[in-house]
Amino acid sequence: MIRVILPPHLRTLARVSSDVEVELTGPVTQRSVLDALEARYPMLRGTIRDHVTLQRRPFLRFFACEEDLSHESPDAPLPEAVASGKEPFIVIGAIAGG
Amino acid sequence: MSNVRVLVGTRKGAFVLTADGKREKWDVSGPHFAGWEIYHVKGSPADPNRLYASQSSGWFGQIIQRSDDGGKTWHQPGTPPGEATAPAGPPKAVSNKFVYDASAESGKPLTTHQWYDGTQHPWEFKRVWHLEPSLSDPDTVYAGVEDAALFRSTDGGQNWKELPGLRGHGTGPKWQPGAGGMCLHTIILDPSDPQRMFIAISAAGTFRTDDGGKTWKPINRGLRSQYIPDPNAEVGHCVHHVAMNPKRPGVLFMQKHWDVMRSDDAGDNWKEVSGNLPTDFGFVIDVHAHEPETIYVVPIKSDGEHFVPDGKLRVFRSRTGGNEWEPLTKGLPQRDCYVNVLRDAMAVDSLDKCGVYFGTSGGQVYVSADAGDSWAPIVRDLPAVLSVEVQTLG
Repeated sequence: MIRVILPPHLRTLARVSSDVEVELTGPVTQRSVLDALEARYPMLRGTIRDHVTLQRRPFLRFFACEEDLSHESPDAPLPEAVASGKEPFIVIGAIAGG
Repeated sequence: MSNVRVLVGTRKGAFVLTADGKREKWDVSGPHFAGWEIYHVKGSPADPNRLYASQSSGWFGQIIQRSDDGGKTWHQPGTPPGEATAPAGPPKAVSNKFVYDASAESGKPLTTHQWYDGTQHPWEFKRVWHLEPSLSDPDTVYAGVEDAALFRSTDGGQNWKELPGLRGHGTGPKWQPGAGGMCLHTIILDPSDPQRMFIAISAAGTFRTDDGGKTWKPINRGLRSQYIPDPNAEVGHCVHHVAMNPKRPGVLFMQKHWDVMRSDDAGDNWKEVSGNLPTDFGFVIDVHAHEPETIYVVPIKSDGEHFVPDGKLRVFRSRTGGNEWEPLTKGLPQRDCYVNVLRDAMAVDSLDKCGVYFGTSGGQVYVSADAGDSWAPIVRDLPAVLSVEVQTLG
């Protein structure tokens, strides 16, 4: 079970009030986590990654285990602590705007 | 008695303002989609309880929202209210997917337009500026988007398909973004001819289709813009908004970057009608519901100073289809006012005594229940207003 923390606006869109959990059977990577997240919460498609290119939206970052993983390959394995559910995979919005 | 419902899009959410036909006492609901930019909210003429909203943010992109109960509840088309997960079967919530058509009709792999530095740049989707529901079918709705293109949904906003003939127009490589982006911001459906539609793009100009959106022609003859190398060019004009009285669809009025214009032949030719306006820069323009020669604008000081001139918020009305304008000031601030009124932020209702509405960058929404003679604020302290639409109900 992978735990994912979403920014407040995406929680509202997904109609969840806290962390979400997704099940994975294969390798635990950014891509597989986000694929599973979007399958469970299809209203999030396009909000984290571009619909067509599947590139991370520029003002969003991916954190886990106190590291910024935003520039890692989407197919690189996520830390074991994320794969085991001990630590969450965090989607966070950049600080900007008013 | 008739009621009115005013749909307000702001920088930080949507608001729904309702009143009876007197338009004196208002109920305010919202913010809906709090914290998001709501570029436009509009109701279906065929089913007034069907509303569409464009919700977007720089972080999370574009979302389409729909209400089937006049704005009380909302959902993303394809995802029924209360249903968060996708059961087996086709994916749901595809309603925020806007992908440019890259077929041969529009040019492979993807056409380009002029970028700020003069180079060619591929079309990139950013957001929906304007939603225009069909006049006859609640499930059909058009979307004007940035980078400029026209999309259509025929299933209530769930799936969107580009009408590529517009972006594929031969002049596409000459279109360029204005300061606000290269946006398709105006869509006008001709009630007398379902095949005819008008759209406007900053900064390309105005276009018309006479075959339901398959092919388009630029209709900018008579526009003159000093900020482009050839002031009389076929395209490249920064048209800010176009308005039509549905009872006289061949007559169009335009607020261009500078200049207020009119056309009496469905856009084939334009002439300037700025007349005695204190400045002919501005964004909004609209037409009285019952008097097709009565038009409204809000002059803005200049393209470098996006606020009303002299600290006075004045709507200007012409009862002669342009050229002769009178300031309307009763009930509007006449000192120390420096707000802007954006292109989609004015609307008229169709009650016997035509109501006129507009919203400002300062968060005020004003109403005149007497065709502009006097004004009153409905709300004073909303976030900056991006769009105002009104529905006349019952």
